[in-house]
Amino acid sequence: MPTIKELTRTGDLFTSGHRACAGCGGTIILRLLMANAGKNTVVGAATGCMEVVSTIYPYTSWDVNFVHNAFENSAATVSGIETAYRALKKKGKIKKDIKFIAYGGDGGTFDIGLQSLSGAVERGHNMLYLCYNNGAYMNTGIQRSSATPFGAHTTTSPAGSKIKGKMQQRKDLTEIMIAHDMKYVAQATPHNWSDLSNKINKALALNGPAFINVLSPCPLGWGSDPAQSIQIAKLAVETLYWPVYEYENGKYKINIKPKKPKDIEEFLFVQNRFKHLKNEKELIDKIRKHLNEKWNELLNKEKCTN
Amino acid sequence: MSIKIVAKTGNEAMAEAMRQINPDVVAAYPITPATEIVQLFSNYVSDGKVDTEFIAVESEHSAMSACVGAATTGARVMTSTSSQGIALMHEILYIASGLRLPIMICGVNRALSAPISIHCDHSDTMGSRDAGWIQILSEDAQEAYDLTIFAMKAAEKVLLPAMVTSDGFIISHAMSRLDMYEDKKVQDYLGEKKPAYTSLDVDNPITIGPLVVQDYFMEIKRGQIQAIIDAKKQLPILLEEFNKTMNKNYKVIEEYNMEDAEYAIVALGSTAGTAKYITDKLRQEGKKVGVVKPLVFRPFYGEDLVKMLENLKGIAILDRSDPQSAMGGPLFTEITSAFYGHEKQPAARNYIYGLGGRDISYDDIKDIFKDIAEYFEKGKKEEAVKYITIRE
Amino acid sequence: MSKKTWKEIDIASIINKPGSAKDFKTGDWRSQKPVWNEDKCKQCLICWVYCPDSAITVKDEKMTGINFDYCKGCGICAVECPFKAITMVEEKK
Repeated sequence: MPTIKELTRTGDLFTSGHRACAGCGGTIILRLLMANAGKNTVVGAATGCMEVVSTIYPYTSWDVNFVHNAFENSAATVSGIETAYRALKKKGKIKKDIKFIAYGGDGGTFDIGLQSLSGAVERGHNMLYLCYNNGAYMNTGIQRSSATPFGAHTTTSPAGSKIKGKMQQRKDLTEIMIAHDMKYVAQATPHNWSDLSNKINKALALNGPAFINVLSPCPLGWGSDPAQSIQIAKLAVETLYWPVYEYENGKYKINIKPKKPKDIEEFLFVQNRFKHLKNEKELIDKIRKHLNEKWNELLNKEKCTN
Repeated sequence: MSIKIVAKTGNEAMAEAMRQINPDVVAAYPITPATEIVQLFSNYVSDGKVDTEFIAVESEHSAMSACVGAATTGARVMTSTSSQGIALMHEILYIASGLRLPIMICGVNRALSAPISIHCDHSDTMGSRDAGWIQILSEDAQEAYDLTIFAMKAAEKVLLPAMVTSDGFIISHAMSRLDMYEDKKVQDYLGEKKPAYTSLDVDNPITIGPLVVQDYFMEIKRGQIQAIIDAKKQLPILLEEFNKTMNKNYKVIEEYNMEDAEYAIVALGSTAGTAKYITDKLRQEGKKVGVVKPLVFRPFYGEDLVKMLENLKGIAILDRSDPQSAMGGPLFTEITSAFYGHEKQPAARNYIYGLGGRDISYDDIKDIFKDIAEYFEKGKKEEAVKYITIRE
Repeated sequence: MSKKTWKEIDIASIINKPGSAKDFKTGDWRSQKPVWNEDKCKQCLICWVYCPDSAITVKDEKMTGINFDYCKGCGICAVECPFKAITMVEEKK
């Protein structure tokens, strides 16, 4: 596991001068990703915040090879790059060992890019797919995705007088990826940088596809204080909103088990996207119940596979 | 030069061309009537007859996406598809040309749904005629084979993607004679690919596909458009080089029986072949008729077509697709707009035919010649766009 | 800097200058400004990890300051510093 001091030695492969909002969680994740991945990496991106803010022509924040194709196809695109690399290496035209990363937001991963991701994983390409999951289409102005949590206000699941935000639970993509029989799947947050670094390194060391779903605090979309981005990520874990766990070679491991989980309200009400739920006891109970069920399910899976 | 004479279908001919090209990466998905190309090529991979890495993707969208990814490395990249597959690739076709990646599609023309049909018309590739790709339509299996080899080299030379298509079932599944070159001859002709850039040089990293806003978008687009303008000049030269190397006689626009012709059919693909045969017959009856076949549809050789057609009495322009609510089919509107303002204005009529694989017979072609002559003589009184091979 | 004409632009909008975003300064977005108290700093570098804008400068594994060309003033560093060595103040324009 790398120390911070060791990580600083990589140099900034994702540089300053990007146009992400102040307090953006996604850029913290990308900085950590690149500090761990190092220079011999090719990164492919889905259209979205982290692609747009980092490559406004003629500027780029990337100090590694970076390929953006379209919204729904970063996994397919990187599968093409990785395959071409193998073809060229076989012919001796490429000598170096290169790692391949595809990333996308939750819209580009859970929704429009799910087929492309599933296909690439099934084919077994040697790549890490990282989803920075801020739970909505933030780049287009905060629209609901299948990763948007129950009750959240977005501009296409607005909290109104009759409907209180999104009325469906979020899709559990991490479990869907586990169902692909992948060797390595994980959930993480930028708060626990050491855990996230560890997971990135495990994923990149694999010969085959790996998937990491990283909670990505978004001050603009969540209606939260930019200074609190990391604290909110921490609260997400402490309230069981975002279990930090990994699935490695058939075994589940919950990396962080809060001794005494905090109540979900502590997470919800530091964000304006949930403020309309303040007096909606039933809806909050529904969220609480769902999270508890998912948590117990996860504990069972860990027990059963170990 | 040693030539091997074999009997092959259009699909087999294209698959053979792909085998001889031996690309670095093929990413493809099955679709009737192009499936066979993908199947045959998979066999070549499995039997070690090519060095290609084959990606059996989960959709045509991912096929073209993976091709774009693979091509950014500088690798030689091909795919094959048809109809709905081309439609599903549509979004990424523009990205391939915008990123100046010489990817090649071995396509088979098939109608677009609805209603669903597996048979030939040109609505699929005509739907992507503005995508910035070189588009070549072949008349028979021999052309499908030759032009696949040619287009791979041409695409890499002008740094634009290219699609070569054959008419679904009419060519793709019909067995005919094929003259094949030796593998080495094809490899020597193609030479090493010289990519414009690579995403795999980790010591000189580049950013591919950035967001471009108002300050640069138009300049970048203009640069891309120049590439296809330049390609228009380059393709005849490159085709001449191909002819010389392979002992062929291709032209970007083919003229047949046109020396003293008064009437001509302009048609794409296999129909041009049928029309050629009929002009031979009609010439025996003393009729001055000929055929003009644009081998290359994109870039569009409008000026050349005007020169070839300006002295005719009447031009019968055949379209195997209908853009619906335009001023006629794509070939017709392009040619008539090329004639705009020109001093000579031969009568031009558009014949929409053969949608969804409807046969066009010898008699149909004869009728067209009869009709265009009447159209000219009666002074173009009827509607310019006419639907044929249809029950009225 | 005058912008390139279409004839001068590199092929296909490729950006050949890696990390060129550094030429684009985002410091003027700031309304709050972090102030680093070197005496309190224990060089844990947690601020470096969490800074979204790579605005914490590090040399030889030691924090050397804050690069105000890029700092957007989000305040994460001040919240996360375990030693309260960074405080936020109003940015004077």
